[in-house]
Amino acid sequence: MSDARDAVLARIRSALGPDPVVPEVPRDYRRAGTVPAGSPELLELLVDRLVDYKATVITTTAEGLAGDLRTALDAGMPAGGRLIAPPGLPDGWLPGADVTVDDGTLGPRDLDSFAGVVTACAAACAETGTIALDGGPDQGRRAITLVPDRHFCVVRADQVVQSVPDLLVRLTPTRPLTLISGPSATSDIELNRVEGVHGPRTLVVLLVR
Amino acid sequence: MTSTFLGMPVYAPRGVGALRGDEPFPDAARTALGNGQLRRNLGHATRTIRGKRAAVVGEVPDWEELRLAGEAVKAATMARLPELLTQLEEQVTARGGTVHWARDATEANAIVLGLVRAAGADEVVKVKSMATQEIGLNEALAEGGVTAWETDLAELIVQLGDDKPSHILVPAIHRNRTEIRDIFRRTMPGVGDLSDEPRDLAMAARAYLREKFLTARVAVSGANFAVAESGTLAVVESEGNGRMCLTLPQTLITVMGIEKVVPAWTDLEVFLQLLPRSSTGERMNPYTSLWTGVTPGDGPQDFHLVLLDNGRTAVLSDERGRSALHCIRCSACLNVCPVYERTGGHAYGSVYPGPIGAVLSPQLTGVEDNASLPYASSLCGACFDACPVRIDIPAMLVHLRARHVEERAARPVPSAEAVAMAAMAWVMAKPARFRGGERLMRLGRLLGRRADRITALPPPLSAWTASRDLPRPPGQTFREWWRTRPEAPKPPAPPKPPAPPKPPAPPVSAEEDR
Repeated sequence: MSDARDAVLARIRSALGPDPVVPEVPRDYRRAGTVPAGSPELLELLVDRLVDYKATVITTTAEGLAGDLRTALDAGMPAGGRLIAPPGLPDGWLPGADVTVDDGTLGPRDLDSFAGVVTACAAACAETGTIALDGGPDQGRRAITLVPDRHFCVVRADQVVQSVPDLLVRLTPTRPLTLISGPSATSDIELNRVEGVHGPRTLVVLLVR
Repeated sequence: MTSTFLGMPVYAPRGVGALRGDEPFPDAARTALGNGQLRRNLGHATRTIRGKRAAVVGEVPDWEELRLAGEAVKAATMARLPELLTQLEEQVTARGGTVHWARDATEANAIVLGLVRAAGADEVVKVKSMATQEIGLNEALAEGGVTAWETDLAELIVQLGDDKPSHILVPAIHRNRTEIRDIFRRTMPGVGDLSDEPRDLAMAARAYLREKFLTARVAVSGANFAVAESGTLAVVESEGNGRMCLTLPQTLITVMGIEKVVPAWTDLEVFLQLLPRSSTGERMNPYTSLWTGVTPGDGPQDFHLVLLDNGRTAVLSDERGRSALHCIRCSACLNVCPVYERTGGHAYGSVYPGPIGAVLSPQLTGVEDNASLPYASSLCGACFDACPVRIDIPAMLVHLRARHVEERAARPVPSAEAVAMAAMAWVMAKPARFRGGERLMRLGRLLGRRADRITALPPPLSAWTASRDLPRPPGQTFREWWRTRPEAPKPPAPPKPPAPPKPPAPPVSAEEDR
């Protein structure tokens, strides 16, 4: 198909003429937030945005995380529901829990037999209520945070930035990235937002202050 | 420059894809306007989304600065398109993907069908994509024996209802919940007496598609953005059907218009703020997937990117029309358009409806094939104000109307409108002719005596009175009134200033014509 490649590129060059003008891009918008990552007001804003989009938020501390995670799982997981976790989840988050550590071999149908997943995240944006996953060892491959119906996601205070530009600066474009803002939703019926379609219908965020 | 190129704009070919309607806009609109249910559904949906958009746009203090940046990034991208596409190709290839180029819909469809067959599949799951709608991919795959499953809820409603999309973002916007329930009851096995609660409808779709996601071997998607410097592709969505398609199958085929490339990762900080707030009225859409080539052990291990022209280079060749390619498919212009709100999307014929469709479709196909669309607007300007990348749609509509008139003027047999305009120009060229014309016009007073307006004229003038009344000509023209008007009372004399220098005489005095 290199004929097509040459033809399309030639059409573009001809359409643009010999000397196309490249305009300057005025970047007078807020290119960075004004509040440092992890500030109490950012955490408050993040909680507000997450709750607005029907995520459940539990605020906790480093010491209290394991206990609060246990409580959240007890409340949110169905009886006998299986739990999966990425290979690099920090020690001590799930002491004594019955959890399968993903070894990368489970196919989509196998993953469908899990009721929930516990992960960390790469960063979060307060203004939009967005959590970013980048496939790091404490988050795992994308499929494990997609197929199970409940996602328990731990966000550290220092990962919370103010704005979208602040968020993108923290991410590496070439990693497999997923930006999550609340649970799965649709606006396709009369343009009303309804939470819960194909992705996890329940998003529980544990915010570690 | 190669021998394959002849220098004239190459439009999207006829006979394939969904850029041309079966009838002109005025005819289709007349039918649509007669459908009260459609008007109620559209009125409700567009009112809802306008309110939501206004609220979330209002909370961004630097919205105008973001619009200006978005506009400039797109303009700079178009000027650097060959370089950026080549860079994108290099990056995608270096990271394990394969890049294909398609001159038009037919070529793109053939590439995708070939890839699906090579993967040994006879069905694909699809992420909602305007590009694949535009090229008629589903129909082409079906002809090749491959079933395409639309997985976006609205696309699914359209597909199951054997219907056509009527909105860029919410293709089933013309359907209300009860109609959707009826479609699902009719076409989804085992849903029983499903209610019309949106939540229940969404759950029915989830159950219906789950098995497809878990077993699909090939997915087809579009792309919202492609970052040239890193080869990263982005799909912005809500339901998670996009994530399912982009993550679970072994093979992923992405069909993308050549205008979707952006130079740098940093540019996404602009568009990821502009797009969600403009489209669904959310601060951020629930899910955005970004991937670069192939990641071992995570997601599809076979990735193909199809770069599509299909008339885009023809759009690019019109300096005053090319910014239609800046569109990020948010659909804000549809939701604010008084014409779209009343006629709905089907009347536009093309898969791109509304104000942006009225400027994009005729440029992709050549104005001749969508000649009525540049007129499908009152030029009120709401679309420009709503556009997150500041596309001046009203100015472009006027430009395309001019292009249409000029192209028709070149024909051997002039149109009735062209004859009327030429006659008018002749009459208005000389004052005496104009005076005579005014007198002749008074004959029109014989018409419309009862209603004091003219509601029907014989052909070809009926083209005007079909959709508007004509005022009954007045008994007296302005000039007559001016000559015979009672003397206006003189204003009180101002205190006498020092005598000014005598002004030069005006070049033409109106009195000379009397």
